[in-house]
Amino acid sequence: MSNELNYIVKRAAKGLMSRREFMGRASALGVSAMMANALLASAVRAEEPKKGGLLRAGMAGGESTNTLDPALAASEVPFLVNMTWGEMLVDVTPAGEIDYRLAEEVSSNSDATEWKFKIRQGVEYHNGKTVTAEDVIATLKRHTDEKAQSGALGIVQGISEMSASGDMVTLKLASGNADLPFLMGDYHLIIQPDGGVANPAEGIGAGPYKIVENEPGVRHAFERHANYWDQSIAHADQVEVLVINDNTARTAALQAGQVHMINRVDPKIVELLKGVPGVSVEAVAGRGHYVFIMHCDKAPFDNNDLRMALKLSINRQEMVDKILGGLGSVGNDFPINAAYPLFDSSIPQREYDPAKAAEHYKASGHDGSPIVLRTAPGAFPGAVEAAQLFQQSAAAAGIPLEVKVEPDDGYWSDVWNVQPFCASYWGGRPVQDQMYSTAYLSTADWNDTKFKNAEFDELLLKARAELDATKRKEEYSKMANILRDEGGLICPMFNDFVEAKREEVGGWAQDPNGELMNGRALVKCWLNA
Amino acid sequence: MHPILKLVVQRIALGLLLLLAVSVLIYAGTEALPGDVAQAILGQSATPEALANLRESLGLNQPGYIRYFHWLGGVLTGDFGKALTNGQDIGQAIAQRLGNTLFLAGCAAAISVPLAIGLGLVAARYNGRWPDKVISGITLSTISLPEFVAAYFVIYLLTQVFPIFQPVAMVFPGMSFWAKLNAVALPVIVLVLVVLAHMMRMTRAAILNVMQSAYIETAELKGLSPMRVIWKHALPNAVAPIISVVVLNLAYLVVGVVVVEVVFSYNALGQYLVDHVAKRDLPVVQAVGLIFAAVYIGLNILADVLAIVANPRLRHPK
Repeated sequence: MSNELNYIVKRAAKGLMSRREFMGRASALGVSAMMANALLASAVRAEEPKKGGLLRAGMAGGESTNTLDPALAASEVPFLVNMTWGEMLVDVTPAGEIDYRLAEEVSSNSDATEWKFKIRQGVEYHNGKTVTAEDVIATLKRHTDEKAQSGALGIVQGISEMSASGDMVTLKLASGNADLPFLMGDYHLIIQPDGGVANPAEGIGAGPYKIVENEPGVRHAFERHANYWDQSIAHADQVEVLVINDNTARTAALQAGQVHMINRVDPKIVELLKGVPGVSVEAVAGRGHYVFIMHCDKAPFDNNDLRMALKLSINRQEMVDKILGGLGSVGNDFPINAAYPLFDSSIPQREYDPAKAAEHYKASGHDGSPIVLRTAPGAFPGAVEAAQLFQQSAAAAGIPLEVKVEPDDGYWSDVWNVQPFCASYWGGRPVQDQMYSTAYLSTADWNDTKFKNAEFDELLLKARAELDATKRKEEYSKMANILRDEGGLICPMFNDFVEAKREEVGGWAQDPNGELMNGRALVKCWLNA
Repeated sequence: MHPILKLVVQRIALGLLLLLAVSVLIYAGTEALPGDVAQAILGQSATPEALANLRESLGLNQPGYIRYFHWLGGVLTGDFGKALTNGQDIGQAIAQRLGNTLFLAGCAAAISVPLAIGLGLVAARYNGRWPDKVISGITLSTISLPEFVAAYFVIYLLTQVFPIFQPVAMVFPGMSFWAKLNAVALPVIVLVLVVLAHMMRMTRAAILNVMQSAYIETAELKGLSPMRVIWKHALPNAVAPIISVVVLNLAYLVVGVVVVEVVFSYNALGQYLVDHVAKRDLPVVQAVGLIFAAVYIGLNILADVLAIVANPRLRHPK
C-alpha cells in the first residue's frame, strides 16, 4: 500500500477524516470504491482493542542495580515497569487533564489548602487485599520519610496533615496548592498495601498487570491482574519488558519482531528506520529540555548583561537541527513549553542575534578572558557537540567561550550544581508549579542556577494557591518573563521522545507527559494479530 | 606422595595465596575510585542531607581496612553481602549470572575447540598449500575484526537479511534447553569467530614444530598416511602448548566477553559487573572481580597440571 493511501486510511479510521473525503481521496489515488471500502473496514477493525497475546517492549535505561521500590525509580525501565504494575490516585491525560484512577473524586476548599480524595471502592491488589484510604495515607507517609529517599519527597513535604475516614482521604497543606491532584499523579506515588513500609520493593500494587518475573537489568515479565477494576485497558494477556541498552541491538530486535516497541531511538538513524517495512517512528514532543546553566551569584555570571549576551549568542535552531536531528523544538530560556497546561504562547521567541549579544557583552564590562563552559558526553546526548556549537556562535558575537570536557564519572557530583557554568538536562514535570518549585524557587535544593528573585518567589506561591485558571496563567506568564530576561538558564531546546513501534501495535497515542505513553504503553496498547 | 599430586597441591596453595593478594588489590582499587556510592546512587538528585543519610545507612563512614576484613570474613563463609543499590543478595544473583556465563562459554568452547584443533591439523597437513592458506586467511581475518563489529555483522546477516535467529540473546529460568541454545546462537557464533584463530594457529605451529623430528620421518618411511602420522605421532607430542592456549581462551570466554554480552543483551556476569561499576556498587564489583580472578587463576593451574600430565617425562620421573 502506498504511503499516502496508508496515511488516509489511518486518519479515516481514527475519525480524523470524513468517509466522503476518504472515498474521494482514495479514488484520486486510483483505488476502486469497493477496495476503498474494504480497506476502511479493516482499518476500523484494527482500531478496536484486541484482547490477548504477549506484548513486549525493548527498553534502554535499565540496569541490574534497579529495584521495584517506586520511591527510588529514576531511569526509564523502572519507570515503565512501575507504571505497568502500579496504580496511583490519578493519572494525567495527554491533554493535561486528570484521569481518575484509585481516587474517584477530588475536591478542595476555596484556598486550595485542604483536599479530599474519595477512594474507589472494591479495588483489589495483586495479593487479594483491598485498596483502602489507610493504604493511601501510609504510602504518602512513607514517601515523607527522609530514609525512603523518595523522588517525590519534594511533593509530599508540603502536606502538613493527612487523615483517612471511611473511603475519604483528607490532605491539609501548609500553603495552598491548586495543582495537588496533578502532583498525586507523580510516578513515585504508587499506592502500595500498608504503604509498602515492610517491603517497598515487593512489587505488589493495584495496577493492571502483576509481576511474575523480575530480573533487574534483564527482563521483567507480567501477566494480567485478573481482578483489575478497569476493563477498558490491559488488553494483552502477558506483557514483558526486555532491557536492551545497546542501540543497534534494540533496533534490530524491533525489526526482527522480537519486541513490539522500543524507546530512545537514536536521532541519527530515524531517517533510516522510517524506511523499514512494518516499523513506524514516533516523535513525541515532551517537556524534557537540554540546558546550559549559569550561577547567578558567581562572577562573571552575576552580571545580567553578560547572562543576556550569552542567551543571545546561542543559535537555537541550529542546535535543534544538529543535536536533535530536527526532533525537538527551540527553547526560550524558561523551562516551560506548550506541553504544559497554562502555557503562554504569546511570549516572544528569543533569536540568535550576535550584534545585540555583542552590545550586552560590552555593557557587562567583562575583561575578555575566556568564559569556561563545562560539559560531558553524559550531560545530555550530544552535550559536547552542543557546547562546541555554542562556542562558535558566541565567537561570532565576539564572546570567548572555552569548552572544557569533563568525564561523565562524577559529573553530577563535582560539576553540576558546583561549577558556575555547565551543560545539564531536565526531564520536565507534570505542571509548571512543580518545575519552578523544583529548580527556580530561591530556596529550592536543586536551584542549579542560584536564581534568587523575591518577586518571582512571591508570584510562584500566589499562583500555586490560585484556583482561577485565567489569573494563574497570567502569573505564570509573568514568571516566565522574569526568568527569561533575568534568570541563569539558557534553554536552547526541548527534546522529543523518539520511539518506534511495529505496525501490529494498536492503541498507540502521543503523550507529552512521559516516555512510551507516559509509561502506560504496555497497558493501553494491544496486538493486532 | 606421588610427585604430580604434590605438584597439584602446591599449585593450588599458591593459587589461593595469589587470590588473597588479588582480593587486597581489588578492595584497595575500588576504594580508590573517585566519588562514592552514595553520590553515584543519587546522581543529579543528591542533596547534602540525602547524601549523609545514605552514607550512614550504607556504613560508608567506617575506615577501609575494617570494612575489608568484614568483607573477607563474609566471602570466606560464602556471604557476599547485599548489593548497595537494590538490596539483592549478591551470592544468588552471581550464581545465576555465572551459570549463564558458563553456558555461553561452554557452548562457544564446545564448538571452537574441536573446530580449531581440527582446522589446525588440516592446515599442518597441507602446510603451505591452498587449504592451509584458506584456513589461515579466514581465521586471521575473523580475529582481526573487533568483537562488536563481528556482532553487528552477524546481527545484520542472520536476523535482518536471513531472519534465522533473534538479536536479543537473553536466557531465563524456565526456557527449554533448545530455546536457550537458539537464544545464544549469535553470541556463540561471534565468540567462535574471535577465539578460533588463536587456537588454530597454535595447533598448527606446535604440530609443524614436531614434524621436524626424526621419529616423524621414521613414521613416514614406515609408509603411514600423513593424517595418521599427525594424529598418532605428532599430536600427542605437541599437546602441551595446545592445552595452554585452549585454556587461556577458555578463561577469556568466561571473563572477557562483556562487549559481546552487552551487544546481545545477554544476562551474564560481565554486564552485571559493568552495571554495578557505573553505580559504584562496590560489594558487587569486588565479588565479581574476585570470581573472575578465581576463574583465571584456576584455569591457569589446570593448564599447568594438564601440560605436566601430558608430558611422559614429567609423569614418570626417574
